Amino acid sequence: MSNVAQDNATNLKIIARDVKVFYGQAEAVKGISMDIAQNEVVAFIGPSGCGKSTFLRCFNRMNDTIEHCRVTGLIEMAGLNIHDPALDVVQLRAQVGMVFQKPNPFPKSIYENIAYGPRLHGLAERKADLDDIVESSLRRAGLWNEVKDRLDQPGTGLSGGQQQRLCIARTIAVSPEVILMDEPCSALDPIATSIIEELIDELKQNFTIVMVTHNMQQAARVSDKTAFFHLGELVEMGPTNELFTNPQNKRTEDYITGRYG
Amino acid sequence: MSNISLIVLLLALMAIAYQVGMVRSRKVATINPGVRMHSRPQHYGMMVGLWAVLPAFFVLLIWAWFAPGVINTMVQASLPAEFATLDGNGMRIVMRRISNLAANFGIVADAADWELVAAEYMKQLQHSSTMLLTALMATLASAGLVISFYKIQPQLRARHQVERVVKVLLVLCSTVAVLTTVGIVLSMVGETMKFFSFIKPSDFFFGTTWNPRFSTTGVGEGSLTGSQGSFGLLPLLSGTMLVAFIALVVAIPLGLMVAIYLSEYAPAKFRATAKPVIEVLAGIPTIVYGFFALVTVGPFLTDFGAMLGLTIRATSALTAGVVMGIMIIPFISSLTDDIITQVPKTMRDGSLGLGATKSETILKVVLPAALPGIVGAVLLAASRAIGETMIVVLAAGNSPALTANPFEAVSTVTVTIVNQLTGDNDFASPQSLVAFALGLTLFVITLLLNVMALVIVRKYREQYE
Repeated sequence: MSNVAQDNATNLKIIARDVKVFYGQAEAVKGISMDIAQNEVVAFIGPSGCGKSTFLRCFNRMNDTIEHCRVTGLIEMAGLNIHDPALDVVQLRAQVGMVFQKPNPFPKSIYENIAYGPRLHGLAERKADLDDIVESSLRRAGLWNEVKDRLDQPGTGLSGGQQQRLCIARTIAVSPEVILMDEPCSALDPIATSIIEELIDELKQNFTIVMVTHNMQQAARVSDKTAFFHLGELVEMGPTNELFTNPQNKRTEDYITGRYG
Repeated sequence: MSNISLIVLLLALMAIAYQVGMVRSRKVATINPGVRMHSRPQHYGMMVGLWAVLPAFFVLLIWAWFAPGVINTMVQASLPAEFATLDGNGMRIVMRRISNLAANFGIVADAADWELVAAEYMKQLQHSSTMLLTALMATLASAGLVISFYKIQPQLRARHQVERVVKVLLVLCSTVAVLTTVGIVLSMVGETMKFFSFIKPSDFFFGTTWNPRFSTTGVGEGSLTGSQGSFGLLPLLSGTMLVAFIALVVAIPLGLMVAIYLSEYAPAKFRATAKPVIEVLAGIPTIVYGFFALVTVGPFLTDFGAMLGLTIRATSALTAGVVMGIMIIPFISSLTDDIITQVPKTMRDGSLGLGATKSETILKVVLPAALPGIVGAVLLAASRAIGETMIVVLAAGNSPALTANPFEAVSTVTVTIVNQLTGDNDFASPQSLVAFALGLTLFVITLLLNVMALVIVRKYREQYE
């Protein structure tokens, strides 16, 4: 079933072929094909309403939760068709973590926020194992030193940037292979943003990261590859420095030079 | 002319004055070309209308308040000497007969001559009072109209004047609502104080026996000793709490699950129909629930209990509680549904994105996030259950015994209030006055529950908005 994967390089993590998304009658994503390699950071850019977030949400089938939303086409995650009826969507989402636009910690303690996922999936047998997962996740998200003394306090009491790192730690805690980020810094100030960007740089050692961003400097700073979306189509995708210095498509050039969008 | 027709006339006058003011302001505008009128023609019209009507209306209000008293006093003064000295009740009866004669209202048998004379005098006074009032109002209305008519100038800030009147009107309306609440409380406090002059508060609040013997009119000083009945609140309060507790045990799980289904699982179309239908439950008259309890639920519970070898009375705390629970389901389900819907979608996405299933997400994230609101909804439903009357009157068995057995008949605070106030008890006896003490106690309990609910709900709101 992974014909496409065999045709391509061996380390492809995500393969999308002719993916279309419909909201009722409206076609939001118009047949996009894309390959994403392991441990790569890919940034999706494009004007609002161009379908980049919708496309991102296809990778962990979050679009299932939206009424009247229909997805067609092939998406393979590590060689498995994610629309295969035999595939367990719960497992998929554990494997493909997601960080959202607005920090959305649960109204629970910091510890419980992190422990939530591992508990769901039974990743820790004993309390000590769970403690280890919580600590290592917070460490990898660069939050441990700031919160280690107040793990029992509500996660909603943290600052916006800390909340977003808490959400990243929460995602890491279930050991996903891919992390999807939907404009993770759009609600944060510049300092918190740069901390998250550094974090993304570290995380790519272990994870494949796909992020949507409205900030082109951010895309240029953190991503290996950039994809430019427009009106539901993938206009151009390539290595980030090439796309920004030498765009092949007129529309890409107009957008990144700020002529429209 | 009656007061109603005066008010109708005032309204008509207001409409006319409004038009006059508009026309006048347009004319003033043409007279002063190049000067911009401060307000729009409607505002000038409204201002003239208000000036024409409001002063006259206030005179009408004051007149309606004082005139009957003044007329009564004058008629009383004219009565023959032997009647003029009658005390409270006797005088009231005499005056009632005279005013009925004056109004040709009802049939007054055997009207004495002096009564007819007094009635005639009263009629005259009423007539001249109305004439005087009409004349006064006419003067004020026309003065208001004329003065404001000539005050219309480009610089006049009619718009702000209208605005001020609107504000005063709104303040008056809300004052009426607040004062009513205060009035209710004060009237109960007064009667409760009288009750506590008969019965010691400690005997009332901590007494464990409820046995208020019937009293005949005029409780004499001698009979006010401890032997005349016991007014212990505890059996009633325990009955109330028992029934309300059973109601909540029924309503909380059902209401919560209804709310969860409606907000999380039901398709939008189904929700749009089901929610109003469930809310109808809250609109059914409680006396109808009483029938339902008496005719259907009570016998069913008795039979069901017999099957299990339990003796359940048809009218018991259980019957009343179960039916009351059904009644308050919509209070819980509807409020909880609103609150669950308010939990941000990002919260659900966060949980689903981690690989939680829908029910795990609801149980572990949505419900905890909505918990303060749910607690508020439950408290509101509880205060509703505690204050509920008709269901318990019919279905609880009316037996003021201190028991925790739900299969027994109990009585509640509300039922007892009904019992004490219906019948021939003298209103000055502790048997009647105790109703006010009970009412006030109930009011304080539900007030506390409502305040708690509001505080909790408000705290929750701050979290997400």
